[in-house]
Amino acid sequence: MRPLDLDYMLGLVPVLLKYVPLTLAMASVAMVLALMLASLMAIVRVMRVPLLDGLTQVFISFFRGTPLLVQLFLFYYGLPQVFSFLTAINGVTAAIMGITLHFAAYMAESIRAAILGVDRSQWEAARSVGMTTAQMMRRIILPQAARIAAPTLVNYFVDIIKSTSLAFTLGVTELMGAAQKEAAGSFLYFEAFILVAIIYWVIVEALTVVQRQLEARLGKAVAR
Amino acid sequence: MISVRGLTKRFGDNTVLDGIDLDIRSGERVAIIGPSGTGKSTLLRSLNFLEKPDEGMITIGPVTVDARRVRAAEELALRRQTSFVFQNYALFANMTARDNIAEGLITVRGWEKARAHARAEEILATIGLADKAQSYPAALSGGQQQRVGIGRAMAAEAEIMLIDEPTSALDPEWVDEVLQLLKRVADARQTMLIVTHEMQFARDIADRILFMDGGKIVEQGPPETMFTDPKDPRTRAFLRKVL
Repeated sequence: MRPLDLDYMLGLVPVLLKYVPLTLAMASVAMVLALMLASLMAIVRVMRVPLLDGLTQVFISFFRGTPLLVQLFLFYYGLPQVFSFLTAINGVTAAIMGITLHFAAYMAESIRAAILGVDRSQWEAARSVGMTTAQMMRRIILPQAARIAAPTLVNYFVDIIKSTSLAFTLGVTELMGAAQKEAAGSFLYFEAFILVAIIYWVIVEALTVVQRQLEARLGKAVAR
Repeated sequence: MISVRGLTKRFGDNTVLDGIDLDIRSGERVAIIGPSGTGKSTLLRSLNFLEKPDEGMITIGPVTVDARRVRAAEELALRRQTSFVFQNYALFANMTARDNIAEGLITVRGWEKARAHARAEEILATIGLADKAQSYPAALSGGQQQRVGIGRAMAAEAEIMLIDEPTSALDPEWVDEVLQLLKRVADARQTMLIVTHEMQFARDIADRILFMDGGKIVEQGPPETMFTDPKDPRTRAFLRKVL
């Protein structure tokens, strides 16, 4: 066994940390977009909106049924050959798009389950005071569904952060891409990749602190 | 003014409401009694379309709806002429007591928040829960939750208040405070239709008692005669059991 090159690793820390903002930015944008899309799809499915419900089911089936890597390649390398206006799309945008659609499909099902998990009496109470369906969703059902879905959705955010590393396969120099480049130059693959693993790990652990705070805030109404 | 003609509701082969006719004057307080499973709650829930009736005409205030060809907007308009008190309270779990009462005023009637909150606090004072304004339902007792539920219905100032077995889910210790509050609402001559198993209470507050059995109104009349001299054998049998 060869000893670890700790000096090399230490020197690499600031180099790789520079790419953390890009990783977080890609993940955050994808998370927000996926949440919006997923909420819309969940409502369409719960309300059984004609036509849209069917389209949503096909969408969810496709994006859950195929690997994210395949979807990213399809978006970045495939689609521009068919639709020439897509050639202008860069790797970051394609990665965000792919990750958004992929996770929106998963999150739609979680949010749908959470909406259906809100007690029937809450729907009836909202109707009884004369709310429209949109008012009922916005004021009563979705806020309560958010509490139910929060732990699952934070887990998806963790998954999204890690999945941004796949952007490196589209030629994006993000955290993983940077580590790969450094390793290829120094041939110290273990040092580079264990360091990048630790950085992802620390980010995700920091997120669980945020998760606890979020759940405490959303749980306010049920605390005695 | 409430007028119901030929109201019919079926669940599969089971006819739960069998052509109900009913008129209620403004300010009248009507109590429905009868055995379990005879359509009392379904009647209430059909009047505001929590259950969609299969047939019948319903007029509440200025809104008339034909159950056979009702549009969503008509359903909403009819519902907004009513307020509802649920057996299981059904307070909005994500909102404080004050916001439960203010919510309809803000979202449905378009009031400014400050005005709705002030009105909600007035109502909380009336129902003796001024100190619970910022409490969430989970932190309130059953009796307190039901009082907020009644407060929410009071805020709507609806043409008719529909009240579905308001004390059936309560521990015995909370029944009295809820009945006393409802008595005050009744004394203010709020038009109401209440399903209840509390016979003494029905006798105290109602102008008229309806006895329902098998999806029909079998007999009706003022409490004095209904409780002392019922005509129909089914009414007599029922009252013998519960009184």
